[in-house]
Amino acid sequence: MIQAEYYNIFVKIIDQLAVLDFLPPVWKFILASVIAALVFFHVIAIFALVAIWVERKVAGHIQDRLGPMETGWHGVLQTLADAIKLLIKEDIIAGGIDRRLFVLAPVIVFMTALAVFVVFPVGENFIVSDLNIGILYIVAISTLVVPGIIMAGWSSNNKWSLFGAMRSAAQIVSYEVPVGLAIVCAVMAAGSLSMQTIVESQAGGFWNWFIFSKFPFGFIAFFIYFVASLAEINRTPFDLPEAESEIVAGYMTEYSGMRWSFFFLAEYGNMLAVGAIATTLFLGGWQTPISLLSFIPGPVWFTAKTMFLVFVHIWLRWTLPRLRVDQLMYMCWKVLTPFAFVSIFGIGLWMTF
Amino acid sequence: MQSVNQYFLNIYIAIKSVLIGMSITFRHLFTKSVTVQYPRERLPIPGTSRNLLLNKIEDCIGCDQCVRVCPVNCITMDTIKVFPEDDLGLASDGSKKRLWLPRFDIDMAKCCYCGLCTYPCPTECLIMTDEYEYATYERNDLVFKFTDLDPIQIAELKEKDHIRSMEKEKKKLETAKQAAAKPGKNGGKSGEGT
Ligand code: SF4
Ligand code: SF4
Repeated sequence: MIQAEYYNIFVKIIDQLAVLDFLPPVWKFILASVIAALVFFHVIAIFALVAIWVERKVAGHIQDRLGPMETGWHGVLQTLADAIKLLIKEDIIAGGIDRRLFVLAPVIVFMTALAVFVVFPVGENFIVSDLNIGILYIVAISTLVVPGIIMAGWSSNNKWSLFGAMRSAAQIVSYEVPVGLAIVCAVMAAGSLSMQTIVESQAGGFWNWFIFSKFPFGFIAFFIYFVASLAEINRTPFDLPEAESEIVAGYMTEYSGMRWSFFFLAEYGNMLAVGAIATTLFLGGWQTPISLLSFIPGPVWFTAKTMFLVFVHIWLRWTLPRLRVDQLMYMCWKVLTPFAFVSIFGIGLWMTF
Repeated sequence: MQSVNQYFLNIYIAIKSVLIGMSITFRHLFTKSVTVQYPRERLPIPGTSRNLLLNKIEDCIGCDQCVRVCPVNCITMDTIKVFPEDDLGLASDGSKKRLWLPRFDIDMAKCCYCGLCTYPCPTECLIMTDEYEYATYERNDLVFKFTDLDPIQIAELKEKDHIRSMEKEKKKLETAKQAAAKPGKNGGKSGEGT
């Protein structure tokens, strides 16, 4: 049932522990999975703790304010305080809502955010599961967020929630197209769907990263992926589904306390995820930019590149105003999609000759 | 052809304006912030600002001008005329204090900070201070009491005042009785009137 055909770091570690020899292999596999899930849950949680603080600080300084200053040194503990507040808040489930779907929705949304972490090649030997269809798995899993969001919007029995959910679904489904096409560019250049192989094919200096090596098509594909992934995770300037000034908080309107914070965690998890995907596909993953710096381990590079992209997300959020729905759709279907086709064509020609 | 040009021009303008915007926000990321960390740092407030009222009660002569001028009636004042044996001294501008002030309350919850009460005050004892942090949990705590008399003194004064007015009343009654005892004068007057 469990084949060792794909590489799983957690299964390997568990296999090597002699103490656990009495366990049958299936149990070992389950144990490894649980540990992996817990590890990535904490990665997301800690990332969110830091990223929310950074976002608020950056937002503050961009607007010539200071941001949080009171809790801890320059407010570092602010998110922790907020998290504690959310934990002890009353869990309000309003009357007239569909309770089962309402409770299930944040779980699904968060689960999809968590599930994509399985295939990220953090380092040369550090990947939970090097699926041979890694990137396809990501595309497949991340669309599961749509049912989750629609469930949240529909079950809330609230106009704002429903509008938010509809917008979000429309947006995610249409931006899947440029995202998919941009991913295809990287897949064509690497000749593989496996995340680890994609990273390995970009080895040897930053000029071999797909963003530079297939110039300008790689760059266009990266740009399209970056913009479209912003839209897919509902970040500003594409945050119409949760536009505070129009529809309160979109599909999250009726949520409070811990359930709400799961949506929030999922949002930051997604930010990390699209940053990591863009890093893997176009920025060479854990590869060093120049061989001189190869003494710095791969995971550090991977994290640094991902964090840089996350910073650009934050930076963009506090620069741009929100788009209108028609502008959003114009951009998706009339700008990003044609250009993605052009870059696919270009990379196709490049790989042929 | 023109619309094709327009299409590419739009994309160029969009990307350019986003980049310009990002460079502006990036510059602001490193400019000094304008935040004042309020409870620890404060901006100086202008001298003409209108905040909490203060009555230097030892200078107040109880002339009632501030009470009458206040547009929202937030000042409440009780006065008792001095007794012959009392000497309240002079206010700082030299005017003689002729009234005890058992009560001088300003309800800051009602006050609209117009400052009108401070202008007519002849001894300039009712002033606007620069104090603006006096939020309270109870609305009644916003009634600021300025009297310098303690409750026992107030009770004694009221008692004395009561006795004095009773005596006055008595005297009035007596004079009225004496007047009634001379019917000719009174009756004649009323007769003339009609
Ligand atoms: S400031 Fe205006 S409202 Fe306030 S007590 Fe004086 S007269 Fe009344
Ligand atoms: S106007 Fe000044 S002196 Fe007169 S009653 Fe008011 S506070 Fe006292």
